[in-house]
Amino acid sequence: MTRLVITGGTVVDQQGERRADVAVQGGQIVEVGPDLAGDDVLDATGCIVSPGFVDLHTHLREPGKEEAETIETGSRAAALGGFTAVVAMPNTDPAQDSVAVVEFVREQGRRAGLCEVLPSGCITVGRNGEQLAPYGELAAAGVHLFTDDGNGVQDPQLMRRALEYAKPLGIVLAQHCEVTSLTKGAVMHEGSCCSRLGLPGWPALAEELMLFRDIELVRLTGVPMHFLHLSTARSVELVRQAKAEGLPVTAEATPHHFTLTDELLESYDAVYKVNPPLRTADDIAALKIGLADGTIDAIATDHAPHAPHTKEAPLDQAPPGMLGLETALALAVGELGLPIQRVLALLSWNPAAIAGVADRHGRPVQAGEPANLAVFDPAAEWTVVPANLASKSRNTPYAGRTVTGRVRHTVFGGTAVVRDGVATR
Amino acid sequence: MTHRTVLSADDVRRALTRIAHEIVERNHGLEGVVLVGLQRGGVWVAEALGEVLHGIDPARPVAIGSLDVSFHRDDVGLRPIVPGSVTDIPMSLDGTTVVLTDDVLFTGRTVRAALEALNEYGRPRAVQLAVIVDRGHRELPIRPDYVGKNLPTARDENVSATAEGVTIA
Amino acid sequence: MKHLLSIEDLDADDIHRLLELTDHMVEVSSRPIPKVPALRGKNVVSLFFEDSTRTRTSFDTAAKRLSADTMNFAVSSSSVNKGESLRDTIETISAMGVDAFVVRHKSSGAPQMITRWTNASIVNAGDGWHQHPTQALLDSYTIRTGLNRRDGFEGLHIAIVGDIKHSRVARSDVQAFTKLGAHVTLVAPPTLLPPSLDGWPVDVSHDLDSLIADVDVLYLLRVQRERMDDALLPSLEEYSALYGLTPARAARLAPHALVMHPGPMNRGVEMVVDPSELPGSVILQQVTNGVAVRMAVLFTLLGSGSAASIGDSQ
Repeated sequence: MTRLVITGGTVVDQQGERRADVAVQGGQIVEVGPDLAGDDVLDATGCIVSPGFVDLHTHLREPGKEEAETIETGSRAAALGGFTAVVAMPNTDPAQDSVAVVEFVREQGRRAGLCEVLPSGCITVGRNGEQLAPYGELAAAGVHLFTDDGNGVQDPQLMRRALEYAKPLGIVLAQHCEVTSLTKGAVMHEGSCCSRLGLPGWPALAEELMLFRDIELVRLTGVPMHFLHLSTARSVELVRQAKAEGLPVTAEATPHHFTLTDELLESYDAVYKVNPPLRTADDIAALKIGLADGTIDAIATDHAPHAPHTKEAPLDQAPPGMLGLETALALAVGELGLPIQRVLALLSWNPAAIAGVADRHGRPVQAGEPANLAVFDPAAEWTVVPANLASKSRNTPYAGRTVTGRVRHTVFGGTAVVRDGVATR
Repeated sequence: MTHRTVLSADDVRRALTRIAHEIVERNHGLEGVVLVGLQRGGVWVAEALGEVLHGIDPARPVAIGSLDVSFHRDDVGLRPIVPGSVTDIPMSLDGTTVVLTDDVLFTGRTVRAALEALNEYGRPRAVQLAVIVDRGHRELPIRPDYVGKNLPTARDENVSATAEGVTIA
Repeated sequence: MKHLLSIEDLDADDIHRLLELTDHMVEVSSRPIPKVPALRGKNVVSLFFEDSTRTRTSFDTAAKRLSADTMNFAVSSSSVNKGESLRDTIETISAMGVDAFVVRHKSSGAPQMITRWTNASIVNAGDGWHQHPTQALLDSYTIRTGLNRRDGFEGLHIAIVGDIKHSRVARSDVQAFTKLGAHVTLVAPPTLLPPSLDGWPVDVSHDLDSLIADVDVLYLLRVQRERMDDALLPSLEEYSALYGLTPARAARLAPHALVMHPGPMNRGVEMVVDPSELPGSVILQQVTNGVAVRMAVLFTLLGSGSAASIGDSQ
């Protein structure tokens, strides 16, 4: 059996930082220490060796929109981004509201073999906000995170019932916070920019109202909730307060929400259209504080591929969403100014816990643990070129931007699925 | 850049007087004669000629108009074109003898554009051309009827003709 | 100038130059034969993704008076309805040899997008709630001639009344009028104002009666019936009572004040009086000036090349 060694790097995990080589065999870490030898060597000179990343928020588009992404191409993008597990959002066609669809997604992920694809389930059937999805069956099929992402559950009574029903199952409901009666036709943040550009605005209030409502439902039911893609300063404050009160809530933020502002929409380029929308510099500042102080638990990509022609439409007609898997690490390393261990908490072991896969992802780098690892050079500069991305789509908002921090190798289940920045399958 | 004066203010005045008399002689009086100055350099010529003609025959006031030919030029789109003052032709041109006036006649392209532009204001009986200076280098079969001075020039020289005199730079 | 997308891209000098050129175009339009050969051989394509007979006809007339070839691309009869993308449409028509597209689109920003897919000049003939620059230019020209303000609008007080939030005319006019020096007051119920007026050099009022006697120009915007469905207005009757130009309000206008409207008018809503009985109404002059302004715009975009001189001007 081949013994793979990662040499010359600095291991960083929840236990700290140390210079060490890592040896992998049979899908497991077998040895961590100085000057290890093996049959196959991955050079990690100048690199950080860490537990692989876990994305709580990936749209893989299959089944239904294979022209934008497939589970295979999305998995490859994930692996190149250092992710060893991704939660597949349920807004496929058909939606992931039945065991059959969930099993299909998981199996496609297994077939691609580039990272673990964790299907999420819907909160309501067809994400229509009307009838509860079969949580019991889905949980038995291994689904841990449930969301209607893309839609928020509008009806407070239904949301209350969903939480109550979920209580004995040990699952997590994740909300896309958006009161849609406040965002009719909206394409960008409501503020001075949209007023000048003549575009319908998406007010911060639409997110904060639902977030507030759900925090109160968590207080009422005691059932944990996860809040997807926080985008406003007030949202960060609401979560901070809920956590201070001891409520079981977690939250994520996306790289685009902590790096880009609504002024980019001045170009009328639909690549900058996303839901929730890009906000203001003040919101970015608040998100960064939330990421630093633990209010926000995870960085999630909300990787949302869209076929080029759909983004070559006027803003009101183009679908929302941006690519994220392949740029997340660089933005987290380069833009947040956080210690590397904190960045890794946000990218790896925190989201692993929220996704319910802490038994196999985001583990300490030590002998006996599953070999799901990311090896990245935190100082490597590279320029984002859409055509070079592994995703089937090209809708990155960072095209042409030079960023710092790049994945060199990714080890998934003991196999080097990315070697020297190139996917091996 | 050096300026060379070729006609003094007095020379110009004398040339205008001569041209005015030639206009009267050639047209057997001023019946039906109107002056149209080309924007911008030909407008003062029309006005100055108008004054002299008034002195010759105060009983027959000669109508004066101005014509901007920017939109008729054949080099539209090839260079920035900034129209001068707005065309002002207060009289009917049907059946008249139009004397077009300009300061300097060069390639002839402005006059060609003017002939075309005039069509849109009516149908003159005849069109004649009066210029202070003919500097040669014609690119079209156009010749002046009345000339203040024939002035051999190099193509790249600049000729300026005003009531104060004619200079070459 | 390659495109005309937004008044935001113009400074006061640019606007003045276009208005001076419009004087020439008014003269051309008054000739017995109102046609000049300036844009002979240029191909101007009207691309109207939203119906507007008056604007399309105005541009068409302007292009023809400059001797350009014109083509109307009516969207209802086009492949856009067969699922062809905007980009394909633009690239296909461009391939036929187009010098300028005149674009009307219901989506804000569509004309700006189109510039990415063609080398032709783009004239924005109205996009969503965003901009309608030729309307702002023709409105400015109408005020310039109507109040004899060739040198600018310093000291003029212009009230723009109505649905500012959804109005591309308001966005363009505010920029043009203020760049030319006017003092602009927006008069509307708060629900019909944009969510933020940061950076708008305007005053806001909710009381038309308090300022109607002081304005030099009263600019009324069209109020659309569907605004009631979005709970932006209780009723058109109430709007009319509070913000409409009633006979009582008309009587309080200064004798020199101009009354303007971009059309089409909602009689009995924003326009309660008969505009033909208003001495200050210049609504039809706006339409007339529209042709000349659009001639000036097309000539500026297509007729003012920058290559070396070949003419006889020295």
